[in-house]
Amino acid sequence: MTTKRFLAGFLLVSLVLAGVVSYYASSHPDGLEKIAADKGISAKEKDHSLKDSPLGDYGVKGVGNARLSGGLSGVIGVGAVLLVGGGLFWGVRRRGTEPEQAAGRDERAPSEPARKG
Amino acid sequence: MHVPDGFIDAPVSIAAGAVAVAGIGIALRGARRELDDRTAPLAGLTAAFVFAAQMLNFPVAAGTSGHLLGGTLAAILVGPYTGVLCVSVVLLMQALLFADGGLTALGVNITTMALVTVLAGYGLFRLLLRMLPKTRASVAAASFVAALVSVPAAAAAFTVIYAAGGTADVSIGKVATAMIGVHVLIGIGEALITAATVSSVLAVRPDLVYGARGLMKPLELRVAARKADGPAEPSRA
Repeated sequence: MTTKRFLAGFLLVSLVLAGVVSYYASSHPDGLEKIAADKGISAKEKDHSLKDSPLGDYGVKGVGNARLSGGLSGVIGVGAVLLVGGGLFWGVRRRGTEPEQAAGRDERAPSEPARKG
Repeated sequence: MHVPDGFIDAPVSIAAGAVAVAGIGIALRGARRELDDRTAPLAGLTAAFVFAAQMLNFPVAAGTSGHLLGGTLAAILVGPYTGVLCVSVVLLMQALLFADGGLTALGVNITTMALVTVLAGYGLFRLLLRMLPKTRASVAAASFVAALVSVPAAAAAFTVIYAAGGTADVSIGKVATAMIGVHVLIGIGEALITAATVSSVLAVRPDLVYGARGLMKPLELRVAARKADGPAEPSRA
């Protein structure tokens, strides 16, 4: 499998998970939320300062359909994380060590010619 | 395990913030060695995958769910320093865009879910691999155990932070028992997802799995050695 194809597949899996499968996720509180409510840890919990943001609580404000709203927010989230994370990683990466194997060219750069003789 | 605002008091939240900033600083320096033209895009996609997987809460006990934390998975796929950054980016975006995890608790959340999961999970993964035969099955088994342990480790870290700066008056023993107990169960889900994902990538592109690099090298050497030995073999007697 080529690197490009693998990365495309990996992205597709993430988009399907966040955009489609997330609708079927359990809506019960998670471990911490449940314990916090049961034991009283959350006595002084404050509302999130951005709780009314357009994507608050994994939905898109103004989209009535729960499946669409949640799925869309997941796809936007995947895109946002990819953009910020990918940008960060591309920025801090090591550069110029292997110009021969630059992205996308790896299939066409075998060491054949050198061995001809 | 996203801590909202108000659980932890201001001084301890600030201290956890300082720990998070220091951890991310170290991770940024270390990630330079892990990332190149080929692995940087994979790291971005790994962060996106962790975000997606964190949306998938699975049921663990009556009325309780859990979701992947992803620190161990990211560290095995793209390296421990980059793994810390992957989870940190996810937590940052969740707090800023989705109101998930308090803004004042961001330091606490990065400390427990990015730093502790990677330290405990990836540390244990390396330790286990050293004792196991160098096979793909070993990598999958080690990733399973490491991911499982990383979740109660994060829960234990939360308990320590709660003991130092919890705003409600709840006995630490109760918090510790409940947190670690439930998160062992959630850890099983973490382990299944981590081992399945690592195995899938190993099956199609083993060269892209950071944590399996020690595994690839002996394999390459063996191929080269057999070629060289080949002609000489018949005349061995």
